Amino acid sequence: MITIHHYLTVSAALFALGTMGALTRRNAVNVLMGVELILNSANINLVAFSRFASRPNLDGQLFAVFVIVIAAAEVAVALAIVLTLYRLKRTPNLDEAKALRG
Amino acid sequence: MSAEAVVFYLFAVITVGSAIVVTFARSLIYSAFALLFTFFGVAALYVMLGADFLAATQLLVYVGGILVLLLFGVMLTHKLYDLELRSEVHQFVPGLVASAGVFGVLTVHVLYKARWAVGSGKVLAPTTSGIGAEFMGRFLLPFEAASILLLVALIGAAMIVRRRKDA
Repeated sequence: MITIHHYLTVSAALFALGTMGALTRRNAVNVLMGVELILNSANINLVAFSRFASRPNLDGQLFAVFVIVIAAAEVAVALAIVLTLYRLKRTPNLDEAKALRG
Repeated sequence: MSAEAVVFYLFAVITVGSAIVVTFARSLIYSAFALLFTFFGVAALYVMLGADFLAATQLLVYVGGILVLLLFGVMLTHKLYDLELRSEVHQFVPGLVASAGVFGVLTVHVLYKARWAVGSGKVLAPTTSGIGAEFMGRFLLPFEAASILLLVALIGAAMIVRRRKDA
């Protein structure tokens, strides 16, 4: 019998791996991948809660749709910033972007 | 072990295993393609949770949109033909401690000590029409706000990468 704990454990593992990726990578695109993992883990949680709620409803799935929208907007803007950074500094590494003005 | 458990563990292993590859692979391209399998695994978990519309959205938006964007990012920020496609790792030990701590706290303290008000979990009806009705009803304002946000992000991204004439 698969319970809510199974889904929440998978989601916690995804969250921890995403945190790891976002914290330890130098490449900006890899950091973005970590953020995507974190958002996916949040989505699994939301859908699992809406399914296993004492009165099952659709609210968690609606929230998950909004999270997907935010993720799409975030990755578009973040990649625009990464490309601008690359054009400016010739590197995608985040720790070389430490000047406040270009 | 029931058939549901077998399928769940299969997709859980695919999801978490490919997420491990995403996090620890030395090559950016490997990370990007492992992310593909993570997104597919998450979509399969949505199906198991009875969220059919969300699973389709996951495939369309994440695999069709976000992953392609990330691959563009990989290819545009590297010279394709040199072997520079590596992503260095720094602060490995602090990062490992932090993420292992997050995982430990989440599983041990939050997950298994909290008393979840769990219902039967037996809703396997199609959800698309319900989601559509909610978006046009109770969630109309957030829905319109999200569409404006997407428009703003689109224009903003185009503005950021635009080559300025004077620069």
